[in-house]
Amino acid sequence: MSEGGNPLLERLAAIEEEGVAALRDAADEEALETARVRYLGRSGAVADVLGRIGSLPADQRRPVGQKGNAVKRALEETHETRAAELRMRESARAAADRDLTRPGRTAWPGGSHPVTAVIDEICDIFRELGFTRVRGPEVETEWYNFTALNIPLDHPAADVHDTFYLEDGVVLRTHTSPVQARTMQTHQPPVRVVVPGVCYRRESIDASHAAVFDQIEGLAVDEGVDFVEFRSTIEHFVRRFFGAETRTRFRPDFFPFTEPSAQVEVSCTICGGSGCATCKGTGWIEIMGSGMVDPAVFEAVGYDPERYTGYAFGMGPGRMALLRHGIPDLRLLHEGDVRFLRQFAST
Amino acid sequence: MRVSLNWLRQLVPGLEGTAEELADRLAMTVTGVEEIVPVGRGLEDIRVARVLELREHPDADRLSLCLVDGGEDPVEVVCGAPVIHEGGLYPFIAPGSTLPGGLRIEERAIRGVTSHGMLCSERELALGSDASGILRLPDGLEPGTPLVQAFDLPDAALELEITPNRVDLACHVGVARELAAEAGLEVRVPPVEGADWEPTWRDGHEAASAGGVTVGIEDAARCGRYLGAVVRGVEVKPSPAWLQARLRAVGARPINNVVDATNYVLRELNQPLHAFDLARVRGGRIGVRAARAGERLRTLDGVERALEPAATVITDAEGPVAVAGVMGGEESEVTAGTTDVFLECAWFDPSHTRHTARSLELSTDASYRFERGVDRRGCEAALARCVRLILATAGGKAEADAVRVGELPGPRTVVPLRPERVQRLLGLVLDAGAIEGLLAPLGFERDETGGLAFRIPGWREGDIRREVDLIEEVARRHGYERFPTATRPTRPSTVPDDPSFARSDRVRRLLESRGLLEARSSSLVARSEADAERPVDLLHPISAEEGFLRGALVPVLLRRLEHNWARGTGDVRLYEIGTVFRRRAEDESGEVPVAEELRVGALLTGRRRPPHWSEEPAAVDVWDLKGLAEEVASGLCGATVEPLPLASGDEAPALGRFGAARWLGAERFELVGPAGRIGVAGGVRREAVDAPPWAEAVWALEFGLGAVELAAPTPYRPLSTFPAVPRDLALAVPASVRAAEVEAVIREAAPEWLEDVRLFDVYEGDGVEGGRRSLAFRFRFRARDRTLEDAEVESALKQIIRRLEERCDARVRSA
Ligand SMILES: [Zn+2]
Repeated sequence: MSEGGNPLLERLAAIEEEGVAALRDAADEEALETARVRYLGRSGAVADVLGRIGSLPADQRRPVGQKGNAVKRALEETHETRAAELRMRESARAAADRDLTRPGRTAWPGGSHPVTAVIDEICDIFRELGFTRVRGPEVETEWYNFTALNIPLDHPAADVHDTFYLEDGVVLRTHTSPVQARTMQTHQPPVRVVVPGVCYRRESIDASHAAVFDQIEGLAVDEGVDFVEFRSTIEHFVRRFFGAETRTRFRPDFFPFTEPSAQVEVSCTICGGSGCATCKGTGWIEIMGSGMVDPAVFEAVGYDPERYTGYAFGMGPGRMALLRHGIPDLRLLHEGDVRFLRQFAST
Repeated sequence: MRVSLNWLRQLVPGLEGTAEELADRLAMTVTGVEEIVPVGRGLEDIRVARVLELREHPDADRLSLCLVDGGEDPVEVVCGAPVIHEGGLYPFIAPGSTLPGGLRIEERAIRGVTSHGMLCSERELALGSDASGILRLPDGLEPGTPLVQAFDLPDAALELEITPNRVDLACHVGVARELAAEAGLEVRVPPVEGADWEPTWRDGHEAASAGGVTVGIEDAARCGRYLGAVVRGVEVKPSPAWLQARLRAVGARPINNVVDATNYVLRELNQPLHAFDLARVRGGRIGVRAARAGERLRTLDGVERALEPAATVITDAEGPVAVAGVMGGEESEVTAGTTDVFLECAWFDPSHTRHTARSLELSTDASYRFERGVDRRGCEAALARCVRLILATAGGKAEADAVRVGELPGPRTVVPLRPERVQRLLGLVLDAGAIEGLLAPLGFERDETGGLAFRIPGWREGDIRREVDLIEEVARRHGYERFPTATRPTRPSTVPDDPSFARSDRVRRLLESRGLLEARSSSLVARSEADAERPVDLLHPISAEEGFLRGALVPVLLRRLEHNWARGTGDVRLYEIGTVFRRRAEDESGEVPVAEELRVGALLTGRRRPPHWSEEPAAVDVWDLKGLAEEVASGLCGATVEPLPLASGDEAPALGRFGAARWLGAERFELVGPAGRIGVAGGVRREAVDAPPWAEAVWALEFGLGAVELAAPTPYRPLSTFPAVPRDLALAVPASVRAAEVEAVIREAAPEWLEDVRLFDVYEGDGVEGGRRSLAFRFRFRARDRTLEDAEVESALKQIIRRLEERCDARVRSA
């Protein structure tokens, strides 16, 4: 019958052509549904053809059945595609009506204080190098705050500390360094610690001075710790904290509890070293007092200064936060102004 | 501390480099330079001029007309200064020239008389701050001489940081030594032209006499050495230009030739000296002793001072004439009428000088140096140099004998230095020769008697006493920047990480994820924020507002809240982790009388969420606070949150501990851990905070950081794969029955397959009989091992309801 053609097969081919076109071109859901009922419905065109299969001779039924199913699948696919298109168009229209430029719903931002963030970052860098974090009391004895650190009380070296006294012999610690002595008294080398903490000095308060301020101290003591290791460690820290392009330089300085003592300066983070107001035109910014632990400190805590050597350093996370964020006034750090804190909130 | 660059160059012949270069060299190897101050810039046009004739201005009382010889033809200059001397020398600027500030001077008529130039004040020349009169120049200069030539200008002054150990850098020779060592040059102190004096010393342990003066040290602890010389027949007048120039360059005011000579030696050699008018030293006797109660002295600054026994004084036969090592007395100061001078050059004890200066609240160039320790071996040279300077500038004749009382310095300290120790500490391999090469230029002489050792020069005796002190000098001279960089193998620290850090990390994560911002408040507070019962106060506070240590965090955060309110911010969610302080009770032991505790404080006020156009803003309420407290308590501390009745018997001490008695309102909770109360939470009473009318209610909590558990691994609970059966149950219970009781009864009566139950609705009013309220609970039943049958769920619910009826007088409203 192939020559003369089977009328049902021809009919199916025609249905496919018409039906695909009708479904594909349906203008809206209603037109699509009408087309679906017409071609794919229970009494639609395809069903009609398939219902007539029984009247065919046995050898013709199979090809018609196969063709019928293929046409049905093709129509169904077309319907599905077109239905999805129309749905998308519909939701796009709805969305356009909803004005998605309006602001979204949020929660209050929370976050750490910028000084805490600096302290955390410093601690993290040193923890990678095997340092642990310790704390000490803010109310200290003169012995820990001064004597153990080789600072004679009746000496100009103690004057720079501008100490708050609570009573005779009891002070608000002027630096975190007393924790050096406390740690060494309770632990044997190797000791590698960082000590964040609040310190107090009787300073009049202005944009760059506060009576209450944060400090972070570091101490490394073991056999064979030398100035070369000290310098290398600090340079590593500077590159990690301030960036790989930042340069470090070490200058002579004086701290009673270190010898040799050094002031660590970094190339100005604002101007890169060409000179600006922040670095007072020098291109360098002091970030850290440091040096090799003075043997007098080892003697005070009962370490053998012939056997052990070490280095110590201290820096001001408050000042570093000012530098990092370009904050002009130290006082902003402690006001608890939500408008200020929210600028640094991370969550 | 200022040093003059020209002065340094004079002391180190051959020294090269600009001010900036030398400052940088000093900063990298010696000490920091805070500032480079230009001195005498732009004075090229100023010349020395003599006032030949002085007349009154015909039309103005306050003006005078001066006929001035500026090296060329005399010209007439109008001058407004109160005092001008005929024959005197003054700085003169001719028309067409400019002053340092850039002001161009022109010929101009003043009240009808043309002024051909101007005579200048110190300030106009930027040589000092005095604008009150024309700068009188010392006699002996030739009119027409450029001022820059007479005053060795231009110069630059370096403002040095002097650390407490390096007082030797507070003079030019000290700084010159360092620069010379760096440059491989030598320090040469130029001799005083035209004066030569070497005394015969009259020594005594406690007393000695020479030149008509007897000196006695009554208290050797206060004064180690006292040297004195007498110069008779001096002519007190302004110093020569070169001497004035040196003093001006470092910011010192020239006074007269005798006083200037002492100041010059102070700044050259670091030795403070004092010149007395010998005629005013009663009885020709000088003594050193402690001041006596009731003694008074008018010092050089014109202030009448009561002396305390802590102070050391110099006396004459009748009483104090100077404060030792600090300041001379006005009565015996050298003035224009002085003819005979007694010159003191002493070594006063650092500690006593410190107490002397403190007792008078005075700090002077002299006390600064004595406190830090001057070179006790340098007294002879300094006195001789000063006498010669006086002879050269003031004339007169020095007595051949001079007194010298006290201990003569013994041999110099010898400090050994092991090269292997240098290597151990610095990581540098240097042999004895290399070390000597670094130290010798600074005056450390190698001692040849044993192993490597150095004799310490007098000017470093206070600082260098131990091997390590010398090693620092080696490191410094080697140059910190020249050390190699190398990593070393390290061993792990024996010190464990303090667990408080992990605790605060947990707290921060929770609170920040709930939209709280971290504050870092000052711990210095007013009395109202200190511990209520046992406040910790400072001995000498800066102000009453900062006179105490904080006793709790919430009161401090409330002050921060007020700060925000004052700036119009109403949505405030803050937390802080920090130390609080209270004084220990008498029977409580501790190294210090203050107990410290790490606390967490938090406060919430304002809208629950950032305002959004889709909804009405709701303010934070007690349930927000309780929810946060519950998250803190159960999530971090293994604790629960319980309502805290107002009438609870132990309330005062408990609330006191958390500083809460001051702020906690009626809606209040306690955080209860296994060991008892760990914190409090609740509403803030209105009167506890200075709130603007528009402020919302404030909610706060505070707890001890120590209660936070360190995160332990959580054991896994199997997830049921069987379906859940939900049920709701609304109960009318008497108003006195608490939701927590009902829930407890439910849990007790329920089978183990009650997966969850929670209160989801509370209702009072229509449909609920009086005195009762409706509590609706949502149940979720699910077994781990099977699908639940409806019948068993119903039976379980019945069981629960029966128990609720018995125990809570509950009535089922719907099931
Ligand atoms: Zn800069």
